[in-house]
Amino acid sequence: MKESGRKQGALSPCAACKLLRRRCAHDCVFAPYFPADQPQKFAIVHRVFGASNVNKMLQELPEPQRSDAVSSMVYEANARVRDPVYGCVGAISSLQQQVDVLQNQLALAQAEVVHMRLQTHQFPSTSSSAIDAAGNDNSRGCDSHSRRSYFPLNEVDQTDVEDSLWS
Amino acid sequence: MSSFSRCAACKYLRRKCPQDCILAPYFPSSNPQRFVCVHKIFGASNVTKMLQQVPGHLRAEAAECISYEAIARVQDPVYGCVGIITQLQQQISQIHSEIMKTKGEMIAHHCAHSQHHPPPQPQGDPSWSISLHQQQQDYSQSDEHLLRKY
Repeated sequence: MKESGRKQGALSPCAACKLLRRRCAHDCVFAPYFPADQPQKFAIVHRVFGASNVNKMLQELPEPQRSDAVSSMVYEANARVRDPVYGCVGAISSLQQQVDVLQNQLALAQAEVVHMRLQTHQFPSTSSSAIDAAGNDNSRGCDSHSRRSYFPLNEVDQTDVEDSLWS
Repeated sequence: MSSFSRCAACKYLRRKCPQDCILAPYFPSSNPQRFVCVHKIFGASNVTKMLQQVPGHLRAEAAECISYEAIARVQDPVYGCVGIITQLQQQISQIHSEIMKTKGEMIAHHCAHSQHHPPPQPQGDPSWSISLHQQQQDYSQSDEHLLRKY
């Protein structure tokens, strides 16, 4: 009978072998990662990387790492189909910009803390008469200064912060 | 283009480099490794197709990004560019925590500092006590505003 010669895998080809129209061997490299019920997954990876390249890449990796490799390839392939010019480099660029902005915010916040500590160190509280004397002269200045210092950093513009640090 | 000045792609593929070779502008012979990576990951025909799908004025950018992705995957065969994305996301999360921590320090310092200036008993000039009282109110309002942010 013909069926006796068939290997088990050929009865249910994986998505890769279905697309490539070939027999799905029992040790098919693609089968564990491209099940038949997810045809789009292999289709997009094949479109961007090519089946033979994916095959080579998977074979060069130890088995425990292949699943992650397939997931990342699917992600990259999707990104490249959505954005044929930048692919996932667009996301990297955007994230890098966010890092730069946040690092600036952090630097400003840390500088603000240092400034506050220096201010406290320079003008420690000693007696109520000292407070009285300071209050009359500085109340208006301290008022606007404190309002600027405690304004959330992501809403303040650079000139406000510079004023508070170096006024 | 003569066989003496083939682009890196045609050199690697051991073929003649035609004058209208689509890969030639982006894979010069001066940088052969770039095409080696791209060919290993995507394959020459896929790259040609990808560049053909993109308008001419964007092909240089596309070739740059494709090369970047290929090199990233050669360097990290499991995660490729996705590894870089994950690292950046973790970095963002870490910096964000640092910012929150620093803002917390600011609030703590402000609270500690404002406690050292209790409002004195009104004596003499009433206008002075009003302005200091107003300052205290402003401090508490700004605290509330900051706490609401968290």
